[in-house]
Amino acid sequence: MMAADGALLLSLVEEFVSGLQDSKAKDTAAGVRNGQFTVLQLVEALGLSLTSSQPHTRARGVQLLSEVLHECYGNLTEREVEVLIAFYENRLKDHYVITPSVLQGLRALTKCAALPPGSAVSMLRSLFQDVHVQSLMLMERSCVYNMLINLMETREAELKGLGADFVFGFVQSMDGERDPRNLLLAFQIAKNIVHRGYDLGKFTEELFEVTSCYFPIDFSPPPNDPHGITKEELIETLRAVLTGTPKFAEFLLPLIIEKLDSDVQSAKLDSLQTLTACVSQYEHKDLAEFLEGLWTSLRREVFQTSSERIESAGLAAVTALTSCLSRSVLNSDSEDSLSTFLDLVLKDCKHHLCEPDLKLVWPSAKLLQAACSASSRASHATTAAVMPSLIEQYSSRTQCSHRRTLLEVVLRFIQSVKTSQSSENEESVFSAFRQSLCGMVFSALSETNASLQITATSMLTSLAQQTGLLLDSDVELAVDHLTRLLLTEEDDRVSLAVVDCAGALAELHPTVFITKLIPRLKKEMFSEPMDEGDNRAASGQPSHHAMRQRCLSALAAVSTRPGVVRESTPVLLEVLGSVHAGSAAFSVEEVVSACHSLRRIAEQVQDTEEMGRCFHEVVIPRLISLALQAALQGEGSSGRRSPLVEEVVLSAVVSVISTSCARLQPMLAGQTASRAVSLFLDDDVSFLPDNSFPSQIQLLKKQQGDSWSRSQMVCLLMGCVCSLPRSVEVPQIDQLMSQLEELSCTCSHPLSYNSAAKCFSGLVNKRPQGDSLDSLVQTMMKRVCRELDSSSSPVRTQALTLMIWVSKALLLRYHPLSTALTDKLFSLLDDTDLGAAAADGFSLLMSDSSDVLNRGCHADVRIMYRQRFFSENSAKLVQGFNAAPQEKKSNYLKALSNIVNKLPKQVQITELPALLSLLLEALSCPDQGVQLSTLSCLEPVLVDPPPALIQQLEALVSRLLALTSSPTMSVKIASMRCIHAISRFPEHEILPFRARVLRALARPLDDRKRLVRSEAVQARGEWFLVGSPGGR
Amino acid sequence: MSAGGRLENANPVIFQRSGERLLTASDEDEDVHDRIDDREIFDLIRSINDPEHPLSLEELNVVEQVRVKVNDAESSVGVEFTPTIPHCSMATLIGLSIKVKLLRSLPDRFKIDVQITPGTHASEEAVNKQLADKERVAAALENSSLLEVVNQCLTTRSI
Repeated sequence: MMAADGALLLSLVEEFVSGLQDSKAKDTAAGVRNGQFTVLQLVEALGLSLTSSQPHTRARGVQLLSEVLHECYGNLTEREVEVLIAFYENRLKDHYVITPSVLQGLRALTKCAALPPGSAVSMLRSLFQDVHVQSLMLMERSCVYNMLINLMETREAELKGLGADFVFGFVQSMDGERDPRNLLLAFQIAKNIVHRGYDLGKFTEELFEVTSCYFPIDFSPPPNDPHGITKEELIETLRAVLTGTPKFAEFLLPLIIEKLDSDVQSAKLDSLQTLTACVSQYEHKDLAEFLEGLWTSLRREVFQTSSERIESAGLAAVTALTSCLSRSVLNSDSEDSLSTFLDLVLKDCKHHLCEPDLKLVWPSAKLLQAACSASSRASHATTAAVMPSLIEQYSSRTQCSHRRTLLEVVLRFIQSVKTSQSSENEESVFSAFRQSLCGMVFSALSETNASLQITATSMLTSLAQQTGLLLDSDVELAVDHLTRLLLTEEDDRVSLAVVDCAGALAELHPTVFITKLIPRLKKEMFSEPMDEGDNRAASGQPSHHAMRQRCLSALAAVSTRPGVVRESTPVLLEVLGSVHAGSAAFSVEEVVSACHSLRRIAEQVQDTEEMGRCFHEVVIPRLISLALQAALQGEGSSGRRSPLVEEVVLSAVVSVISTSCARLQPMLAGQTASRAVSLFLDDDVSFLPDNSFPSQIQLLKKQQGDSWSRSQMVCLLMGCVCSLPRSVEVPQIDQLMSQLEELSCTCSHPLSYNSAAKCFSGLVNKRPQGDSLDSLVQTMMKRVCRELDSSSSPVRTQALTLMIWVSKALLLRYHPLSTALTDKLFSLLDDTDLGAAAADGFSLLMSDSSDVLNRGCHADVRIMYRQRFFSENSAKLVQGFNAAPQEKKSNYLKALSNIVNKLPKQVQITELPALLSLLLEALSCPDQGVQLSTLSCLEPVLVDPPPALIQQLEALVSRLLALTSSPTMSVKIASMRCIHAISRFPEHEILPFRARVLRALARPLDDRKRLVRSEAVQARGEWFLVGSPGGR
Repeated sequence: MSAGGRLENANPVIFQRSGERLLTASDEDEDVHDRIDDREIFDLIRSINDPEHPLSLEELNVVEQVRVKVNDAESSVGVEFTPTIPHCSMATLIGLSIKVKLLRSLPDRFKIDVQITPGTHASEEAVNKQLADKERVAAALENSSLLEVVNQCLTTRSI
């Protein structure tokens, strides 16, 4: 060492020890780290301080050494460590003021990689011998626990060599610990002891006692929660200790039984969850002597439950217990504890299933089902004991409500077994009751009681899902019942259940559905309503319509297997075909439903080549062909117009096309797209069936006069090309884009120019980054701005529409050019004619659109684009608002509420303070749309009010109260919801408003509309409780 | 109130709750005037909590829709409630809760009449008299421990 370094070290030591300059420890550590001096030299330099007769000086000396070690433990050699450990162990016997520093030093050494063999043991021996941990301060105790944790990580074998002494030492150290931070560490150590197989020796009970005395955990963090320790964390770690070994069983189980008696709900819940966790480790012999006690407690919790969480935790414990007993291997001499336990359960529960008033039937059934679901053996035993009497009762009872309860109970038994059976070929537990169960279901389906029928359909589904319970003849009978219900049953809930059931059964038994159900439904749908002209027709009409709707949704539900789809899609297409031809009288609504069914099939069917061909070669060409025929026919004559030119029908057709192009077979979808492009650009109709089209169709060209039926076909083009996966290329793209731009900027028919703009933007969104995209957008931008800037242009609305859609397309993919477009949109808020439309445009920009530019269409949508847009533009909005003339301000408020409304709540809350004055302003804006959207964005924020809001409470409350006498019911309702939410603010903040709110809410109590009254009642009721005894 | 924590009727029969009132198209039509009807009054009181069970008055069948009569035009409401057992000491308290709930929820033009279903309680007349007496109801609500229990019955339960 250089002399200068030596002097430096000495002065550092001097300044730290006598000068009490704490920062010198860091400097010393830095010196050691960069090799200026060694630890040995530091010890030499410390010599005088360490041997001083003043304990405080010695303490200071040790502290410096420990702090340096804390920073530099990585560089120590084994020899150095050995010396240091010997030194520190010796210092443990020294004066108590030195102990904290000694422990700190030892902790640093436990992290050394170069810890010599045997030193861990010797360190711990001295520690346990010389230190009484619980008389140390919080930090030092934590130091001790950390030492143990460090050593357990690296020196497991050595510690295990200490045998039970280690456990004993630990038990003594943690006995009486009270700080939750340290408890977490101590539980961690205990968990390691239990899980890593340390020898507990004769200290099993001691270790259990010293940890279980904290069970169940009752801890609520201090209000500002500085340490971030939660009750759940403590519960989880303690539970891991207590449930970690079967050796604790004899102590833990009585403790759980005792704690289940507690009145504290959280203690009950914790006990039940701990029970569930511990039995997964146990064997039957650990449980045997406590079974009866446990059962009594569990039964009580389920029978007299006051909360669903406790009930379900209790049931989970019953299942866990049963499955533990089922798992255990029996000795020849031990009794079968599973059957002992099940006997207990059956004895207490079974008779409730037969009581005449069925009063305790549900809790009993749930307990039995919990046991039943645990294992195959348990389910055999339970069902054998319970099913016969349930079946017998079902046939002897006459009241519908009783029969329904019994049917529900049986259903739950079947469902509870379903979850436990693994192998498919195994015979069902219910085989013995097959016939009676089928009898029950079919008799219930024939009843007129709706809830009985609904339960029966779920039961049918469950039976079908168990192997061998439904024979082919049963399935046929079931399909007959389902068909009958579909055709005749008027109750919506029943038909919904029937449709679901048909869907589930068709998945398992497609053939019967193909041969029986589909032909029958087709026949009934195409039949005309009976007795036309008769006076019954008036009442018959709606039911015939409802029947058709049910049939249409059933056709969709059953079509999951390819075989079924092959049969059902032609029927649906025929609905469209015949309505176009005028040969069958389907209403527009029914046609739309047929399209929805087709779309649902496209969504749910497996993506196989066969299904892809079905859609791309049959369904889509047929749909386009029908729509085209309708369009051409519509413009020629003045006669009948096909329903297929209606906007609702066309959008439904588009959704079928875009769903199948997005989901089924990208290669085939690509073909469909290129055929569509050549149809629209080159009049190529060769792929369409019924090919009798004129040679010049020119769908994208501006038509003479107001012939919109042809131009609106562009929405079909959108369906074909905008939902393709991004990997599929669209042919003739440049020409296509320029024609779309032309159409969208010149056409005067809203559906046509809107669809053209959407189609354009859908393609822009997926075009690869680069010059060609940039110039495409810039050309479009130039044209749009030209139209927008000339106030006499007849197509300004069209230009605005195109601009909004393209900005959306670019905004979604974070394209830099989007800013230019959205800035233009902001500037239009001041426009006299387009201001309101521009404000609405922001809603379009921020919301998901259903047919284009969404993730389902494979659009390029970056996450959090809304937040990004908001944070980049909120300042512009506020500035624009302040600068705008009075009559234009409402456009800004509308734009703001459109944007804020769509932001996630978390962002709303953080951004709210900056915008609060604007939003409050918006509440007094006369535009009801603005009022409504502001209210709807305020309401979620009020659940967890930011401080900024509380400061403005006066302004907020007055404005909200004013809105309760708005002429519009939706505004009244929304404002009262907000007032309701405010009643949960801190009491001292809102108490001053109580009288005023109660007075103001008296008026809407007598509103003309019931919905308004009911909101007023709820809000007023809560405000009455504010500051009143027994309120919150 | 309750005698030393022991429940008077520890194991009551539980009835099914009626669902939410179904929304009709006319409910959302601004031009239709919805009159206050029996169901609406029943909806106000059916979710009141029982003072001793974690159940609603509807689940205990203490209130039923058939025992609710309202005349919107004449501004009068009559409710009859049925205590679970004839000696129920909670009867007055339940009646008071119903009365207070209606007072808070109805426009003040209404005359509110809350009574025990005839023949279902031992001290029917005395209770009815108490509930009909405006002064006594007002005085009862001045009593903060009584008000506390009533408020608890009227607190919407969070599940």
